[in-house]
Amino acid sequence: MAKSIKVRAKAKGDVTTVKALMSHPMETGLRKDKKTGEVIPAHFIQEVVCKWKDATVMTALWSGGVSKNPYLSFKFKGGAKGDTLDLAWTDNKGESETATVEIK
Amino acid sequence: MIDAKRRILLKGSLAAGAVGVAVGAGLLTPRAVLAAWPEAAFTADNVDAALNALLGTNTHETSDTIKIKAPDIAENGAVVPVTVESDAEGIESISIIAAGNQTPLIASFDLGEGALGFVSTRIKMAKTAEVVAVVKAGDKIYSSAKEVKVTIGGCGG
Repeated sequence: MAKSIKVRAKAKGDVTTVKALMSHPMETGLRKDKKTGEVIPAHFIQEVVCKWKDATVMTALWSGGVSKNPYLSFKFKGGAKGDTLDLAWTDNKGESETATVEIK
Repeated sequence: MIDAKRRILLKGSLAAGAVGVAVGAGLLTPRAVLAAWPEAAFTADNVDAALNALLGTNTHETSDTIKIKAPDIAENGAVVPVTVESDAEGIESISIIAAGNQTPLIASFDLGEGALGFVSTRIKMAKTAEVVAVVKAGDKIYSSAKEVKVTIGGCGG
């Protein structure tokens, strides 16, 4: 899979705002294929972990109820320009992806 | 000569078999890796059961310190932007629930040290229902709800 996470982190004062966009189908497992009538198997991100300086600032636990190509935004105290931020997701099929970004 | 070829073919198919077994074993492991994912909470079909499985209790106080930003009317239930903000102290987690969905618990955000009470994401909503934000701060659980009208369902379409 190609790189599918877009992350931006911006420090303003002592608060860092993180915005992330991931590309993922986020199938609930409840939807049916309109042509064949077969249930499309569940395929969604279960866990998103965001780390700053080896400390986990945010763990998001998701179900298939999060929209396709999920968007996530959160804020945390600390974080200075030039620090790196790691974001990683794992889905229910065990696939995972990571991205590293510099705080601006 | 023919015999030698047969040997090679046999070796080749044996190797392929071994790879197949390895892949099979690999497919079984992801479940164990994500042991922290509260499956019972995410598969529960009502709000109380989901909260019980996630937080161990379903008693929560309504609090106006929690602000939910979501549209009054969502034209497309597959993409409903929701922002939850709270200035309560010592927030441990923020959960987002769409009361009308088949599995109401949508997301739970565990906030680490330094994280502020702010999360924003986009959710799917099956029908017009309340979006409930549940905030766990210390040993208390607060909640707030906002009704969102959905004109086209997001689940099952």
